[in-house]
Amino acid sequence: MTFEEIQQRLAAKFGERIGALAPANKDASLVVPPGDVVEICRFLKDDPDLAFDCLMNLSSVDWPKKNQIEVVYHLWSYAKQHAFILKAQLDRAKPEIASLEPVWKAADWLEREQYDLMGIQFQGHPDLRRIMMPDDWVGHPLRKDYAEQTQWHNITTTRENSLEGYVRLDELKKKAAEAAAAKKEVLQ
Amino acid sequence: MSKPLELPTMDMENKEVLRRIEVGGDMLLNMGPQHPSTHGVINFLVQTDGEVMKRAIPEVGYLHRSIEKIGERCTYNGFMPYTDRVDYIAAMFANQGWAIAVEKLLGLSVPKRAEYCRVIACELNRISSHLISVGTMAMDVGAVTPFPYALREREFINDLLEELCGARLTYNYLRIGGVAFDLPSGYADKVSTFLDHFEKILDEFNRLITYNEIFIKRLGHLAPIPAQMAIDYCLVGPNLRASGVNFDVRKQLPYSVYPEFQFDVPLGKGEVGTPGDSWDRFWCRVEEMRQSCRILRQALAQIPNDTQIMAKVPRKIKAPEGQEAYSRIESARGDMQYYVVAGPGENAHRVKIRTGSFTAMGIIDSLSRGLMIADLVALIASLDVVAPEIDR
Repeated sequence: MTFEEIQQRLAAKFGERIGALAPANKDASLVVPPGDVVEICRFLKDDPDLAFDCLMNLSSVDWPKKNQIEVVYHLWSYAKQHAFILKAQLDRAKPEIASLEPVWKAADWLEREQYDLMGIQFQGHPDLRRIMMPDDWVGHPLRKDYAEQTQWHNITTTRENSLEGYVRLDELKKKAAEAAAAKKEVLQ
Repeated sequence: MSKPLELPTMDMENKEVLRRIEVGGDMLLNMGPQHPSTHGVINFLVQTDGEVMKRAIPEVGYLHRSIEKIGERCTYNGFMPYTDRVDYIAAMFANQGWAIAVEKLLGLSVPKRAEYCRVIACELNRISSHLISVGTMAMDVGAVTPFPYALREREFINDLLEELCGARLTYNYLRIGGVAFDLPSGYADKVSTFLDHFEKILDEFNRLITYNEIFIKRLGHLAPIPAQMAIDYCLVGPNLRASGVNFDVRKQLPYSVYPEFQFDVPLGKGEVGTPGDSWDRFWCRVEEMRQSCRILRQALAQIPNDTQIMAKVPRKIKAPEGQEAYSRIESARGDMQYYVVAGPGENAHRVKIRTGSFTAMGIIDSLSRGLMIADLVALIASLDVVAPEIDR
């Protein structure tokens, strides 16, 4: 099925909650209300004509100007060999969306990754904790306004440019030479 | 193990973190982060009662280098060397995924000769990656001899790739719109000579280890993954095909010049045990090497005789802000996907890399229930996870 046919099928089932496909991109996508994501995905999975049995990718994009965080679901059907892209737009201050773990098991780790790096709360996720960063890390690194903490358990997160060591050595040499010259002057 | 173990169930009701719950009389073991059989820095929190595990929870992230964040700060071309580090055992594929994603973003088409160069480099890389996988897997279950056999062959490929692009591990060979270097003179002969030699070695490898009775008894029936479970957990590549799902991106969603080649997709049939068991995953990789040899022979014969290896690419690559591209390629570890959103300037707004190892790690928790500790090692090896590819 093409993207349009899938969108029409969804519109027939869910009515006004399904908008039009976003035509700006080559791979069109469908924006759905965050509250309906689980219901729509269940339909996409269980409907025999759609049969989306696999959540291929789950990513999220931070849009500070629009004050939005966009969750992007790439779906794929092994049974029917077709793809679809769903998007849900969340409030940037409080990004919350229902977890898809009950629908596709692959969502477990993919959602944990987005929670860790983008700070999206997936409600109903059975084990929502950080996956890449340490448990006591502060902040979510893939946010556009993320500022890295300067140290973590007394381990600094920045490293000086190795060239700066040479600069310091040069300065030391210079000072030693000046001191030697000053000593010479005193002796004279 | 000759008798099938109790099949792992899909029920995940008790999904609390192990260290927070009462473990009763069970032993809690940290297998990792530095452990010879985990192939990299991964930790497994193992709850066991004697030799039989109740659970093994993978803990990853030790090699997280925030490559996705780096991708937002580099130019499109500047990110290419970083993609090598996503999966250093099969770096060519990470290159190709990024190149295809950005080419989609710009609507570029790549010259035919460059596509052939890519296919030749990638298939060589696939063989070398699978050699590491099968060699280390045999070593992990106790057969040390096949490992140097596999690595010896891999050295020939490393030499070939070094001649092609100057690097043995992190190739940085592909460019957006083409490849960096043309094939050196006499390259086709060298690769053909290697293939003649290697195909015989594959038969020998099969005699030595694949159909070895001890090996079959060790891995047949071990940790089988039913097809439905493999799809649900989003396993990809040889792991998925070993469960009998006929899906190869090169066949089903052809990219580059793959439609011009004849090759088969080996599927796990449960030849010595249950379909989708660890032996099937091993066998799939061995057979894929043979198919890669077939592709290489055809590519060397069909490569066009011009000299154009780069498309016309603007010096400063810019894409309309907010435009998206999604690329899927068949890496050595399966379906590798790049999701790119273009930013306002010369760099991307968001890069997301979905790798096969990451989702493969997610299945270990539910598969490990009821396995022996020694079988966990075989299971990890059979899934062919590469630590930097999990963490990125």
